[in-house]
Amino acid sequence: MLFGRVHGTAVCTLKYPGTEGLKLLVVQPLNKKLEPVGPLQVAVDVVDAGIGDLCVMVRSREAALAMPDVKFVPIDLALVGIVDELTVVAEDTFDLTMHPGWNQFT
Amino acid sequence: MILGKVLGTVVTTISHRDYKNRRLLVVQPLCLPGEAPSEDFIALDNTQAGIGDTVLVNREGNGARQVLKNPDACVISVIVGIVDSVYLED
Repeated sequence: MLFGRVHGTAVCTLKYPGTEGLKLLVVQPLNKKLEPVGPLQVAVDVVDAGIGDLCVMVRSREAALAMPDVKFVPIDLALVGIVDELTVVAEDTFDLTMHPGWNQFT
Repeated sequence: MILGKVLGTVVTTISHRDYKNRRLLVVQPLCLPGEAPSEDFIALDNTQAGIGDTVLVNREGNGARQVLKNPDACVISVIVGIVDSVYLED
C-alpha cells in the first residue's frame, strides 16, 4: 500500500465488462516524504477523491477486491482512503540498520 | 514477512470499509549496514504498534485476508508482530 496524489481524471468510453461506472483518476505515487516515485498511473476511485487529494492506494489483486460489486475485474491500482492527517518522523530519528549479533529493539 | 520500523501514522476519515477501525502506519523496511534502504510503504496495524516500534509485516494479500478474517479484504500489508530483538550471525 502506498501514497498517491490525484492529478487528474481519465475517461474511457469502452471498458471491460464489470468495470463500467468506475471512476478513473490519474495519480502520482509518492513515498513517505511525499516525493514522486515513478511515473503517473491510473487508479480506480472508490472513496470519491478529487484532484489534489492525498490518498492511500492499494496495488495488485487487492485493488480489484476494493471494488464495490464485481471483484473479478482487471484492475491493479485502487484508491482506498483519503489522507486527512499524516505524521512522519525524520528518517534519522531511529537506527534503520540491523547489525551482526543481537539487535535489541525494546 | 519483513522487518520494518514504524515512522509515521496516517489518518483517513474517508476510507474503504475494510480499513475502518484499524490504523494505517508508515513502515520503513530495515536494511543491513551499507545497504541502500528499500522504499517505504503503508501497512494496516493489527498489533497496536506505534512510531518507533520495530515490526513484523506480512506483505501478501492472502495472509492479510486471513489475519483480518475477511476473505475479500483489499489489504496487502498487515503488521502482525512487534519485534523485541533480532540476532544476526557475523
